[in-house]
Amino acid sequence: MAAVVRTSGAATSELKKKSLVPYFLLAPGLIWLALFFVAPIITLVSTATKTPGVGIGEFVQTYRWANYLDAITGSAAQFSRSFLYATIATLLALAIAYPLAYGIAFKSGKYKNILLVLVVAPFFCSFILRTIAWKQILGQNGPLFRLLLDLHIVSDTTHLTASAPAVIIGLAYNFLPFMTLPLYGSLERIDPRVLEASGDLYANAFTTFRKVTVPLSMPGVVAGTLLTFIPATGDYVNAEILGNPSTKMIGNVINAQFLNTQDYPLAASLSFILMIIISVLVMIYIRKAGTEELV
Amino acid sequence: MADASTSAKGDLKLTNLTKSYGEFKAVDDLSLVIPEGSFFALLGPSGCGKTTTLRMIAGLEEPTSGKISIGATDITDKRPYQRPVNTVFQNYALFPHLTIFENIAFGLRRRGIKDVKEQVDKVLNLVELPHLADRKPTQLSGGQQQRIAVARAIVNRPALLLLDEPLGALDLKLRRQMQIELKWIQTEVGLTFVHVTHDQEEAMTMADTIAVMNEGRIEQMGSPAELYDNPKTAFVANFLGQSNLIEGSIVDSDGDYHVVDLHGQKAKVLKSRTHSKNNSVLYAIRPEKLRIDLDNQSRPGNRFTGGRIVDVSYIGVSTQYQVEMPWKQEIMVFEQNDDGVPPLDKGDEVTLSWEPSFSFALDGAQDATAGSEVNPEEE
Amino acid sequence: MKTLTRWFSRNLIRIYMVLGFTYLFIPVAYTFVFSFNDYIKSNLVWRGFTFNNWKNPCGVLDVCPALGNSMKIGLLATFIATILGTLIAFALGRYAFKGRAVTNTLIFLPMASPELVLGASLLTIFLNLGMNLGFWTIVIAHVMFCISFVVVTVKARIASLDPRLEQAAMDLYADERETFRRVTFPLVAPGIAGAALLAFSLSFDDFIITNFNSGTTITFPLYVYTHAERGLPAQANVIGSAMFFLALLIVVAGQIVGKKVKVGK
Ligand SMILES: Nc1ncnc2c1ncn2[C@@H]1O[C@H](COP(=O)(O)OP(=O)(O)O)[C@@H](O)[C@H]1O
Ligand SMILES: [Mg+2]
Repeated sequence: MAAVVRTSGAATSELKKKSLVPYFLLAPGLIWLALFFVAPIITLVSTATKTPGVGIGEFVQTYRWANYLDAITGSAAQFSRSFLYATIATLLALAIAYPLAYGIAFKSGKYKNILLVLVVAPFFCSFILRTIAWKQILGQNGPLFRLLLDLHIVSDTTHLTASAPAVIIGLAYNFLPFMTLPLYGSLERIDPRVLEASGDLYANAFTTFRKVTVPLSMPGVVAGTLLTFIPATGDYVNAEILGNPSTKMIGNVINAQFLNTQDYPLAASLSFILMIIISVLVMIYIRKAGTEELV
Repeated sequence: MADASTSAKGDLKLTNLTKSYGEFKAVDDLSLVIPEGSFFALLGPSGCGKTTTLRMIAGLEEPTSGKISIGATDITDKRPYQRPVNTVFQNYALFPHLTIFENIAFGLRRRGIKDVKEQVDKVLNLVELPHLADRKPTQLSGGQQQRIAVARAIVNRPALLLLDEPLGALDLKLRRQMQIELKWIQTEVGLTFVHVTHDQEEAMTMADTIAVMNEGRIEQMGSPAELYDNPKTAFVANFLGQSNLIEGSIVDSDGDYHVVDLHGQKAKVLKSRTHSKNNSVLYAIRPEKLRIDLDNQSRPGNRFTGGRIVDVSYIGVSTQYQVEMPWKQEIMVFEQNDDGVPPLDKGDEVTLSWEPSFSFALDGAQDATAGSEVNPEEE
Repeated sequence: MKTLTRWFSRNLIRIYMVLGFTYLFIPVAYTFVFSFNDYIKSNLVWRGFTFNNWKNPCGVLDVCPALGNSMKIGLLATFIATILGTLIAFALGRYAFKGRAVTNTLIFLPMASPELVLGASLLTIFLNLGMNLGFWTIVIAHVMFCISFVVVTVKARIASLDPRLEQAAMDLYADERETFRRVTFPLVAPGIAGAALLAFSLSFDDFIITNFNSGTTITFPLYVYTHAERGLPAQANVIGSAMFFLALLIVVAGQIVGKKVKVGK
């Protein structure tokens, strides 16, 4: 025991090497992820190249790579729509969340923790319930529509719901906490004295914000946009509840293939393509963001 | 926990202690002995390796090579909690989740001491903060936190108390007050204090012995008076107080004195206060040891003629003059305002004179400005 | 006029915050208001105010068992994910070891995968293994996607810990184990609590992954989703609102107790 304990201390400033302790700490969690994340993804990939077998609902591995081609040509529109909606929703969420996180980090004093909890609290009032609420609020019988009608901004024939903007508003709304929390995390870490120093060095409030606050909060921006963009791209609930047939996203297609049509190879290849595209975009994005940060 | 080493007593001995970070040596082959019961100050500019030295003594940093021992016990390989050493950290490092009482009781409890309450109360009284026992550290002022940090360490009666710039975060007035208090506490408890600071005035007022550190090495060690009156390097001469260092060479001998030629003018310096391997020297004289007179007057001792005042600053108790010498060097003179004579004016031609036994001479091969660009007060 | 613009620019952030929170809470408010609707069959049109739904939240079939499932799954998944994630966070925050990059990637990937892919791939493997879908497959899935969020949250807390506090503990005769017990853990604990709260809310609210792996088990989000077509009873609104306020209440109470403890003893 003594030998193990000895290496586990944070007494010296360097992290301790050559110890088995970290592996014991990592093992349970990583095994869980290996079994229920890595293995499933591998299975998914192998399912993607299967073709229908003799029996109904039976698929055999024939390494038919053309499945991928079929998948992408069949759903190109939904793919591009997904990325478009997700991008707009992410930007919208960033625009809403940044001042929110900034205010919580710097302007809320002792209410900081309460406000932070308020950001997460809507999770408890179910995501589906809130999306349905949006549908009703934006719907023709809803309060917002009535108000706009009275103000003659919309007419009886306009539809706020069952439209692309409604889907995007829903997406931006749903993932707002995922944007706000990392932003808050990186803003909160900024030493207020740094901002004061900037003011002291003749930067006005806006310049301070642009030249000091924003660069220092970049890690939060990157994390927040990723945590919003990725799930938004794969989402199908908003498109289903707030959209119409022409706003279907790739998530709707994959979901239908898995759960209704039960064409598993097609669903799997669509899923895998989605993952690959997202990974590539994320890598480009991180690299871009990384270099910007250094400037 | 209380094995033999935690009860070790005696002098602290560092032998060839070295700490390298890659190529860079933060502490370079350092050897010294700190006598038991003394108030020892490690003085040096920021980045010279003071904290690293202290952390190696505390066991928080592993030496690259060398040995640390207390009395007869080698503690080089002991864990921090196995050493009879306690630290007052630079920013106190009080446990934010524990009350002041529990902070102070922490070490006692870990060692399984019985009369915790009694001892904590006693030390709280010693630092004069018994009413704060139930507060949390964040509810204390900087000065109070500082005292609690000291209390938390000394309650364990370690063989050695390490203080890493313990007063650095306090304002000037509080710092002066705490210097006196710390000194008093040290006499009261009789422990060995190793006090790290970059403030020469602080080191001078508190310590019995000062070691001046520079770039990972000890430049010179001794009592405050010894270091001030007889520095052995330009770095020490400049870092402790101010010195006028004038290039020259030894040309003659006169009993106990060397005769030095300084840009054509002759001056004497005691042989015992000359620290040069050859004839090339930096002749040194402190500004307050110089007397300044209008050219026509004369006084006994050594003198420089042909000076011209280029700057006068009147500071109440004294007046500071910058005097430009014929060889274009500016010499600083502090003159006490105790004679009711109004200060001299800029542009006056003056003679500087001094008692030769007050001067000293350093090796001429050194950089005459070493240690002077660091202003300890402003760091 | 000038003072008005000044006031405006000075409070710009606060105004923006109010707007942001309004956006965040509009649907919650709507849900809350319609929990008092005296509805018939479907809770779409406002028909009048009543307390009936609140008096009788389990009055419609299946809604309370669904809530019960969500709670049980949430608590179990949170418990497991918090332990596993915290262990990983300590390994990452306190040790240098080979395989660090791989570990970081493995933690990051589940967060970077669309829920749909996570749910679908898990379904494939559960089917391949011939496992019965239901309560336990949901728990397994929830633990899987919560671990990463726990790791990230706790790791941030560990990283913000002043290493000198642990050094001070060691300096004061606490060995590694005591240092962890008396200093490290108590200081990281709020981060762990925050991570657990996040994990529970993610699990409680999850729909997509659950939908793939639930078999015949119904959770609260699944209940809402399946009943949305045919008309949602106001009891769903009651439960949604009640959970929202309960969560707030627990956290606020926790804060107050925490403060009391801090100031008092
Ligand atoms: N972990 C480290 N890695 C590399 N260099 C270090 C490290 N710690 C300290 N140093 C360097 O060692 C030197 C001495 O540092 P320190 O002992 O903290 O100085 P002081 O306390 O005298 O100001 C400095 O130049 C510092 O940059
Ligand atoms: Mg230091």
